[in-house]
Amino acid sequence: MANENIITIKNLTKRFPVGNGEFTALKEINLGFEKGEFAGIVGPSGSGKTTLLNIIGSLDSPSEGQAIVMGKRISELSHKESAMLRNKYIGFIFQVYNLLPVYTVYENVEFSLILQKIGAPERKKMVMEALEWVGLQDMANKKPSKLSGGEGQRVAIARAMVKKPMIVLADEPTANLDAKNAHAIMQTMKNLNKELKTTFLFSTHDEKVMSYLDRIIYLDDGKVVKDEMITHKTESR
Amino acid sequence: MIKFLFYGILRDKNRSLLPIIIITIGVTLTILLSGFLKGIMGDIIDQNARFDTGHVKVMSRAYARDKDQLPNDLALLGVNEILDTLRSEFPKVQWVKRIRFGGLLDVPDSTGETRGQGPASGMALELFNRKSGEIERLNIESSLKQGLIPRKKGEAIIGSDFAEKLKIGIGDKVTYVGSTMNGSMTFMTFTISGTVKFGAASMDKGAIIIDISDAQQMLDMQDGAGELLGFLDEGVYDDEKAQQISHEFNQHYNDTADEFAPLMVPLRDQNNLASYLDYVDGFAALFVFVFVVAMSLVLWNTGLLGGLRRYQEYGIRLALGEDKGHIYRSMVLEAILIGAIGSVIGTIIGLLLTLYLQVYGIDIGSMMSNSTMMMPTVMRSRLTPSLFYLGFIPGLFAMVLGNMLSGIGIYKRETATLFKELEV
Repeated sequence: MANENIITIKNLTKRFPVGNGEFTALKEINLGFEKGEFAGIVGPSGSGKTTLLNIIGSLDSPSEGQAIVMGKRISELSHKESAMLRNKYIGFIFQVYNLLPVYTVYENVEFSLILQKIGAPERKKMVMEALEWVGLQDMANKKPSKLSGGEGQRVAIARAMVKKPMIVLADEPTANLDAKNAHAIMQTMKNLNKELKTTFLFSTHDEKVMSYLDRIIYLDDGKVVKDEMITHKTESR
Repeated sequence: MIKFLFYGILRDKNRSLLPIIIITIGVTLTILLSGFLKGIMGDIIDQNARFDTGHVKVMSRAYARDKDQLPNDLALLGVNEILDTLRSEFPKVQWVKRIRFGGLLDVPDSTGETRGQGPASGMALELFNRKSGEIERLNIESSLKQGLIPRKKGEAIIGSDFAEKLKIGIGDKVTYVGSTMNGSMTFMTFTISGTVKFGAASMDKGAIIIDISDAQQMLDMQDGAGELLGFLDEGVYDDEKAQQISHEFNQHYNDTADEFAPLMVPLRDQNNLASYLDYVDGFAALFVFVFVVAMSLVLWNTGLLGGLRRYQEYGIRLALGEDKGHIYRSMVLEAILIGAIGSVIGTIIGLLLTLYLQVYGIDIGSMMSNSTMMMPTVMRSRLTPSLFYLGFIPGLFAMVLGNMLSGIGIYKRETATLFKELEV
C-alpha cells in the first residue's frame, strides 16, 4: 500500500435537502490520502469539514462523484458493508470524547474488539496495549465520569486505535481541552502515526492541531481552496 | 456481547429499572389473578365433584336425562355388578355409590305430634364402609359441628342450619316422609347423631345424610343406586382423562336403545360446569392477553423514551462499526434479559401472594348466607404448576414487543442522522 491512496475522493458533491430546495455542502472535491499521512481539513464552521469526514467514514454517501476508501466505493456499500468497513479499517475520535458512560475505560476500549469477535484473552492483551499507548493502564476500571477531559480524550484515542485501523478520523479532537492537554493528545496521536503508520485525518480550526499536521487542506464553502504540504523545522514532532 | 449488555442493564438504572418495575407488576398481577381465578373456579368445581358430580358419574340414561328431579324410579339396579366391572376396567378410579333423594322431615314432640317440618335434600353415602373414602372426601369428620358420624343403621346427620331451623339436637328423632323408587309412600325414623356445616349454604340449610344401606331399604332400592361416582386417584379433576374414561365406558353401550343402560358423564358435562371450566381457561388467557397488550403499550413508550435518551450511544456504536441490524438485535436481546429479570421477580412475588391467599383465603361467608349455590364460603387461590411459567408470557413478550416497536424508529433512521445525534 506504500505510496498508494487509501482514500480517494473524485468529483465529490454532497447536497442536503433544505425545505423545498437543496443545500450543497461539498462541491466537486478531489483529494487523495496515502497510508501514514497526518493531515487536516481546516475551514470555518459550515465549510463542509464534518460532512467530508462522515463520507470518508462511510456514515454518509456522496450525492455525486466517488469516495473510495480502502478500495471500497462508499456509495455502493450496504449498511452492513459500511459497518464492516468502519469496524475493520476506521477509528473515530470526537470533540466530546463520546465514551459510553455506563462502561469502564477498559470496556469502552474493548467494545470494537467484541464486534470483531476477537477472543477474550487476545482482547485483554490488545486493550491493555492500547491503554499503555495513551498512558492510562492504571485507569482501566474507572468510569468515564471519573476522568478529566484530557484522560477522556486519551481513552477515546485508545478506543479508536485498539483495533489498529488504517484510518483515524478525528473531528475537532482538541476543542474541549486546554493547551497542555491538547498538545499531549496531539503528541500521542503523532507518535501512534509514526509507530503504526496509521493515517490520521483531522477536521479542525485549532492552530495547536495545525502545528502538528504534515498536510493541511483548506475548505471554504464546500470547496478545496488550498492543499498544502507542511515541512516541520524540528524532528521532535 | 451478552455480558456487555448485562453490565449495561445492571449499571444503567434508567435503562432497566422502570421496565423491570412494569414487568414485575404485570407478571405479579397475571399470576395472582390467574391463581385466584383458578382457585375460586377450582374450589367450585372441586366442591361440585365431591358433593354431586364426581369426576365422572354413571347413571341410567333415563336418570341422566331428568337427574335434576332426582328420579330414583329410573335408578340403576344391579349396581354391585356394575361396580365390579368399573373397578376392574378402571382401577385408577375410586368408585362409590350414592343415592340422592328429596322428601319431608317431620319432627315429633313427646306425644308423637308434629312440632316441626321442613323439606329435606337427602344424600345417602357409603358411611359404614370406611374404605369408600366418602367421609374423608366430604370432609364430614371436620365439618361436624356437634355429635358423631352415623355408626349404625337408623342414624343420620343433618345440616346445622337445618337443625337450628327445626329446633332439634343430638339424639332427637326425625321421620323422613317420601316415596320409594316404585312410587309408594315411605316413612323412616332416624336418630340425629350429629350436625354438620360444610360451608356450602345449599347443604347446610337442608341436607340430611344417611348410610346408603338405610336409603336402599327406605326407598326400596336393594342393589340399586341413583348414581355411581368415580374419583380419579390423583384427587384433582383432569378433564382430558375424565372424558377419555367416559368415552371408553360409553362405547360398550353405544348400540343399545335400553334407557336403563348405564351412561358415564364426565364432570364438565354436568351442572353447566363445562362453561365454568371454559371460563377458567378463557379468563386465564384473557388476563395474559390484556397484560401483554397493556404492558406492551407502556413498554413501547418506555422504549421510545429510552431510545431517544440512547441515541448518543447508538451513534457511538455505529461509529465503532456496529451495523444497525446488530444494534436492533442487541436491543431485542437486552429486552429479553430485562423481561426475564422482571418475569423472575414478578413470578416470585406473584407465587408468594398466591400461596398466601391459598393458605388464608378471603372469607365471603357473610355475603353467601342466602345463597343456594354450591360454592365455598372462603375464596382461595390455587398454586398450580402453570403459574410458574405463565408470567413469562406477558413478561417477556410485552418487553420484547415494546422494544421491537420502539426500535423500528431507530432502525429506519438514516445512519448519518443517527450519527449526527452525537453532536446534539
